[in-house]
Amino acid sequence: MTTNGKPKFAMYWAASCGGCEIAVLNIHEKILDVDANFDVVFWPVAMDAKYKDVEAMEDGSILLTLFNGAIRNEENEHIAKLLRKKSKILVAFGSCANEGCMPALANLTPIDEIVETVYSTISTDNPQNIHPQASYQAPEGELTIPKLFPIVRTLDQVVDVDYYMPGCPPESHQIAAVIDLVIQVLQGKAELPPKGSVIGAGPSTVCDECTRKRGLKTIREFKRIQDVQIDPEICLLEQGILCSGPATRSGCKALCPAAGSPCIGCYGPAEGVLDYGARLLTAVASVIDSNDPEEIQKIIEGIPDPAGMFYRFNLAGSLLRASKPAWDIK
Amino acid sequence: MERISIDPITRLEGHGKIDIFLDDEGNVANSYFQIPELRGFERFCVGRQVEEIPILTNRICGVCPEAHHMAGAKAVDAVYHVDPPRTAKMLRELLYSAFFVADHTTHFYALAGPDFVMGPDAPVAERNILGVIHKVGLEIGGKVIQARKFGHLVIEMIGGRKVHPCTSIPGGLTKGITEEQRQEIEQMGRWAVEFGQFSLKLFEDIVLKNSTYLDLILGDIYTHRTHYIGLVDENNKVNFYDGKVSVVDPEGNRLGKYAPNEYTEWIAEHVEPWTYLKFPYLKKVGWKGFVDGKESGVYIATPLSRLNAADGMATPRAQEEYEKFYKTLGGKPVHQRLATHWARLIELLYAAERWVELATDPEITSDNFRTIPTEKPTEGVGIVEAPRGTLTHHYWTDERGIATQVNLIVGTTNNYAALQMSTNKAARALIKGGKVNEGILNMVEMAFRAYDPCFGCATHSLPGQMPLEITIRDKSGNPIHVLNQNL
Repeated sequence: MTTNGKPKFAMYWAASCGGCEIAVLNIHEKILDVDANFDVVFWPVAMDAKYKDVEAMEDGSILLTLFNGAIRNEENEHIAKLLRKKSKILVAFGSCANEGCMPALANLTPIDEIVETVYSTISTDNPQNIHPQASYQAPEGELTIPKLFPIVRTLDQVVDVDYYMPGCPPESHQIAAVIDLVIQVLQGKAELPPKGSVIGAGPSTVCDECTRKRGLKTIREFKRIQDVQIDPEICLLEQGILCSGPATRSGCKALCPAAGSPCIGCYGPAEGVLDYGARLLTAVASVIDSNDPEEIQKIIEGIPDPAGMFYRFNLAGSLLRASKPAWDIK
Repeated sequence: MERISIDPITRLEGHGKIDIFLDDEGNVANSYFQIPELRGFERFCVGRQVEEIPILTNRICGVCPEAHHMAGAKAVDAVYHVDPPRTAKMLRELLYSAFFVADHTTHFYALAGPDFVMGPDAPVAERNILGVIHKVGLEIGGKVIQARKFGHLVIEMIGGRKVHPCTSIPGGLTKGITEEQRQEIEQMGRWAVEFGQFSLKLFEDIVLKNSTYLDLILGDIYTHRTHYIGLVDENNKVNFYDGKVSVVDPEGNRLGKYAPNEYTEWIAEHVEPWTYLKFPYLKKVGWKGFVDGKESGVYIATPLSRLNAADGMATPRAQEEYEKFYKTLGGKPVHQRLATHWARLIELLYAAERWVELATDPEITSDNFRTIPTEKPTEGVGIVEAPRGTLTHHYWTDERGIATQVNLIVGTTNNYAALQMSTNKAARALIKGGKVNEGILNMVEMAFRAYDPCFGCATHSLPGQMPLEITIRDKSGNPIHVLNQNL
């Protein structure tokens, strides 16, 4: 199954920012362990391997593929299906592949409206309202670019996924731990977790990792961070700042709250949570200290963009997946 | 008509794609450099709380989220009409200087360096960072890792995280730094200055003292006489975080300087139907197509352009190197794109010196790291220099601070027209009578690499190296020859 006796490893990026790749490089010397234990057969950022080389491989011949990025266009879907076929273990790596991440906020808007916005901004000189075409007949011949799908999808909405590794990006210490585990499995010293498991993260919530002091969580007003003199020690939610800690899976060591910035939810839903936004909404509702409907209404108005705040990372992976207008053209 | 496609290895990866068409004589008729992906941040940032956008736009690019976070931070300051305290500005610039050291290091040693250290004709298998380490010694590899590590440590101390920093808010930062952290940052900065000097010495020994390389740099194939832009301080010295954008013509005359909120008077973006990426150009000169010269609005925004657009560097060691740069290359402006690598190292040294300056400022540990805004939010523009070019973020909000409109002109995008031209020029020079050889790959590759293109930023597709495949097709479109290589 391998040319040099070592199991094969691949890493691929679909619609993503490249932060996952940087996070992998940030494991520093640990990257040498990957090299020592795996035959890296496909990793566009780090090495020269060809798509047709992957196509020529036997099905299931890559032991481990870390797939980051969401499914935004035809290319992304094509590669996802190809790597699924060629890989024994396919890991959805990072928030985009797991739940869509921020680019999935595009699912609130029909795709033609997104395209129209981009090619008509204030600095765009486009009197003929030209939009890029999937197929364009240039004087010299046909030029093609991949077609965008109506909505952003997660990896497991396109192919079967074996494991889920959350984070935007996954923290380097978690990546290092997962690599150690896989190497131990190869050496017969450990067993793989059950298929479908979340790996490289904790089972509880960011609140459980956060060192800020928590008292009785009750608030009468939500505040925007720019309006608050942030107390360096007290729970941010108790200070009225909308923090996603209560709904978000642990594993990052609560980095953002430690830096005075609320958790934004990049590790996705905590164990057993079906819909991230619904869970966060419930958690937030439970801290509102009022029984007066009018006052409650006023408190809720302190969160002017609930879609963006509750589904910042998780829209594609949520029960909603997209707004109705974005769905309709599918 | 015969066609040559330079395609990413997969043709389905979303990296970038070049189609070269040959005429009946087998010479280049035209070429198209296409960008195949779009994510649409300008639309889905609308409706969001505006203070979220510096965090949302981090996800445009995981290689330079620091640049988006800083441009975004300055834009939200402007939206709220708030001037952050001196300490806040210095902390942001300190983070940003450390980031520049790490990013320029990665580019020079891992991406561009192999061409010079190993030589443009070296086997592909050796033209990588491991080849460089093998040739120049393990010790240098250690220094490269150290420079990246130190940069990311400072980013985490000030920005809260190593990737996608989160601490900049309208009016300043959510936290400051302690005296203990300051000492650590200063120490790392002093090491970075030495590393910057070391890198320039290495460049001198390996490249400048080698007449073959020097000829390659000065040769015509990598030369374009375009306009140049770059952020400068009040003394017209290069600055990455703040100031006005200086614009110079191909003869080096300064056409003017624009403040962030004046950018629409200077920059416009042209649209073509065959690519998702737009082509920015100088509005006052006009879009004349993919041509260089004084009459064409095509400009570039790179380390080379920043040096060309400024009068010098604000730190002493970098200024010495700046003077040597122009003395060696025959005065300002320098049009030879391969000189960008040298310019990048001069910027690296400047960033390291600035890192130490800021880390030793008595106010850097002050608790006065934010101003709470008091005015109603409206509209604001933030501009910083990303390593790969001038980065512009423009937000409009309603009275609640909800974004109603967003415009972004991102680093690499500035250079798209020039990248298209460089491809064309390399192809025309190297493909004659239908004959193509392995050499074109190296040459096209080097033409690109000088710009350090990051299509993660530009197109919201994918950053890093760009694997290319060239397919030569006959008139019916059948592939007759395939070459490929990592860019």
